[in-house]
Amino acid sequence: MADTLAPGCDEVQFRFRNDEQVSDPAVTVDAFLGQTNAAAVRVEPGDDVRLLLDHLERVRLVEVNFPSFGDGRGYSSARLLREAGYDGELRAVGDVLVDQLSHMRRCGFDSFAPDRPMDPADAQAAFGRWPHVYQEAADATQPIWTLRHERDGNG
Amino acid sequence: MYRYDQYDQAMVETRVAEFRDQTRRRLEGKLSEDQFKPLRLQNGLYLQLHAYMLRVAVPYGTLSSAQMHMLADIADKYDRGYGHFTTRQNIQYNWIRLEDAPDILADLAKVEMHAIQTSGNCIRNISSDQFAGASAGELVDPRPYAELLRQWSSFHPEFLALPRKFKIAVIASETDRAAMRLHDIGIRIVENPSADGAGEIGAAFYVGGGMGRTPMIGPLIRDFVPLDQLITYAEACLRVYNRYGRRDNKFKARIKILVHELGAEEYKRQVEGEFVHLLEQGVEPPIAELERIKAFFADPPFDPDAGDELDLSDPDFKLWVERNTHPHKQKGYISATISLKPVGGIPGDASAEQMHLMADLAREHSFDECRVTHAQNIVLPHVKKDELYGLWQKLEEAGLGTANLDQVGDIIACPGLDYCSLANARSIPLAQKISQRFAENGKGDALGELKLKISGCINACGHHHAGHIGILGVDRKGTENYQLLLGGSEAEDTSLGKITGPGFDEDGVVDAVETTADVYLRERKDGERFLDTYRRIGMEPFKEALYG
Repeated sequence: MADTLAPGCDEVQFRFRNDEQVSDPAVTVDAFLGQTNAAAVRVEPGDDVRLLLDHLERVRLVEVNFPSFGDGRGYSSARLLREAGYDGELRAVGDVLVDQLSHMRRCGFDSFAPDRPMDPADAQAAFGRWPHVYQEAADATQPIWTLRHERDGNG
Repeated sequence: MYRYDQYDQAMVETRVAEFRDQTRRRLEGKLSEDQFKPLRLQNGLYLQLHAYMLRVAVPYGTLSSAQMHMLADIADKYDRGYGHFTTRQNIQYNWIRLEDAPDILADLAKVEMHAIQTSGNCIRNISSDQFAGASAGELVDPRPYAELLRQWSSFHPEFLALPRKFKIAVIASETDRAAMRLHDIGIRIVENPSADGAGEIGAAFYVGGGMGRTPMIGPLIRDFVPLDQLITYAEACLRVYNRYGRRDNKFKARIKILVHELGAEEYKRQVEGEFVHLLEQGVEPPIAELERIKAFFADPPFDPDAGDELDLSDPDFKLWVERNTHPHKQKGYISATISLKPVGGIPGDASAEQMHLMADLAREHSFDECRVTHAQNIVLPHVKKDELYGLWQKLEEAGLGTANLDQVGDIIACPGLDYCSLANARSIPLAQKISQRFAENGKGDALGELKLKISGCINACGHHHAGHIGILGVDRKGTENYQLLLGGSEAEDTSLGKITGPGFDEDGVVDAVETTADVYLRERKDGERFLDTYRRIGMEPFKEALYG
């Protein structure tokens, strides 16, 4: 069924937020910068998300498009937005696959609208796969090196 | 050496479970081959000409005897009784069945090993100096920094779909035994060069080196990064690459092309900007983590009274000591290299039996530790000089006593067309013929240090650009043809070889190497290596002899 949807109309299959889903159509970065009332923006792999940082107060949804799962620029775009304090919805759209979900979560994505729906059981397994992580990212998970030393923190 | 704690162990076990699940989904048809490919690659599994190849990570080339025994067991149980040590200090098995791969990874996890990120467009296994922690003339042991980078880069969520593969090497001495400046990032641990920072240890970053079809020597991007900012700086280097590295052309996607096209200054400017930003984010591990890792690399309990004399009355032993050993920082000890390059053998191959023996020798004579070198040999880093003769006798008995380190017979060769689906020409038979030729004509002994490196295609896995003599296999109208290069070096005097002229067929290139060696023997002055003579007299005399 999802195969018949037009590009950009992917359905949100997983969402890790309690607020109401934004229904505004996402506009391109160029269009967003040129108009003052858009609240949803779509970031393509070649876009520089730093252009959005001065306008984050009016953004409620950022869609980061993965036209091909092998193009990893969207991971950096997501982290940059979170590092700048963006706390609205960050949605991965396009060629999003089960085995990317845990990494995307770590980079700050909190909703997922894949081109083709995933097997829910496979996806749940992927979201819950990693009990620990080695490094800092955009999520709240404490890296292993912090866990190892947290007791030493105060001497 | 480093040992896993419960966290490290949980991570590799989770990875095994994940890959088992991915393999299941592939076999059930839920994953297409295109979707599965990057997943299997990031677990070291390539599809080669005849079968799957599995590349197992050997972080910074260091192995315990238990790990070496397991590598031997895997060769016996899942392959054809041998393995191939690689130029990235790893080991590859060439005859693997996909269905067995999850079980092999599970076996590896039992001895704190894995195949994570040994392939694919991600940060690969970190390589280092094979004499780390043993060599005289080293500032510090570089491996704690390599281990910190290993943890940081493992499953890094932002950097698992890079434009292309990414290789990092870490060294800590003036001498470069890791081809550091031919890596995407080469790190040299140094003392602070500024006047007021005397004694402070940090990292010099060289970024954008590499071999492949467009070889480049990495420029210095920053001469000193403090140790408590090391990971942050590496992350900044990677982020700029992930965002701006070329993705339109696979052959222009390595970071060396980005650095070259932007210019080192502009790349550095962007990295410094990202670095300032990331410092505010706080991505650096606590310095206590580095201290924790360092404790694993403390010196083994050396015998302070160990004798420092070697009895060299056996001439064969004397030759092996001269060629295959390296001075140790500790009085009474020495580092010994086991050559995996017997005359006529396959460079870097070891049988399960040989691996078991090397593991036993590491336990008996080298504080349970051995190392893989980028030249595809095995090092026993901490051997008591008193025990060296006995050790050598055991090696001789097992056919592992070849005294040819850095000699013409110590050839680096990629697997070539015998295994690899990318290759244009065979590398292994050529290496065998050349080592046989120089053994038979007796010239090998006269040549001294001569590093010969063979790649079976332009991807340069056999490091031909960096050979004193390099050979590149190409396809010329359906037949294998070999180009000859002279003057490369992967050491601290890094240089790239130049092509002599038209290529040769297989027998012709063996003759050409001999002709090249003859020119050196004729022209050399006292104490000159082949490379020194080439640099002094240039290409012309060689061209004259080859084509004149």
